[in-house]
Amino acid sequence: MSYAAGATVRVRTGDPDHHTRVPRYVRGHTGVIVAALGRWPVPDDSARGIDPPRVETCYAVRFSAADLWGSGEHTVTVDLWESYLDRP
Amino acid sequence: MTGHDDLPAAARARQLEERLIGAGLTSDDEIDEFLTRLYTKASPVNGARMVARAWTDPQYRDLLLSDGTAAAAELGSDRLGYQLRAVANTGTTHNVIVCTLCSCYPVSLLGPSPGWYKSFAYRSRTVREPRAVLAEFGLTLPDEVEVSVWDSTSEARYMVLPSRPAGTGGLAADELAALVTRNGLIGTAPV
Repeated sequence: MSYAAGATVRVRTGDPDHHTRVPRYVRGHTGVIVAALGRWPVPDDSARGIDPPRVETCYAVRFSAADLWGSGEHTVTVDLWESYLDRP
Repeated sequence: MTGHDDLPAAARARQLEERLIGAGLTSDDEIDEFLTRLYTKASPVNGARMVARAWTDPQYRDLLLSDGTAAAAELGSDRLGYQLRAVANTGTTHNVIVCTLCSCYPVSLLGPSPGWYKSFAYRSRTVREPRAVLAEFGLTLPDEVEVSVWDSTSEARYMVLPSRPAGTGGLAADELAALVTRNGLIGTAPV
């Protein structure tokens, strides 16, 4: 599944017992794709020594503070690998 | 006085180096070369030169914003080891960089990161209440300026392209670069 800039995505929930690069504060939240950054090994695999790791597109995804925190006018943009995301 | 060599952390680092060298993953020479490059070349002067060039050369500005890694290489900072993404401040948007998971930072272009960048307070508060954090750095933004926070969670590293200050039309490139501060490149200062 690849996403175009402007697409709405939802970050998967769940709290894996291994390394991941999904900050807790965006889990389950909806954001908008800003850009595709590149294709890189998924850190969850690399950190566990899975060889070869999955290689996926990583996206910059923008969230509104009001959605994340219930208040605030700013935005927060987080880099997230494809398998961290779902269509809402 | 205790030398750094005596610290437990130094002993751990050396043991790790020996294991990596023993496993054939690196060598003493490679580590030395890396550290030499880090200590002699990693400096906010690199980022500042890129900003000054972007202020005076629209083509370079476009390159910096579309392919930061190539823009860094053009001014001599090649082999970054990460994808550089520059984000531009405008009259309506102010950018600020953080790494909530650890302390990711474009060291080669900004120099070793300041202690506060790695602090739990900066990392947790910047995504939650950036205006309050920036105000503590002495940067109070007008209400109409939107704050855009970038959390460096991947292999990309972010750098802010500050707006060119007014009244700097007559300055040469090196004088412009001298206006740019490390905090300006992180986003905790206007320039």
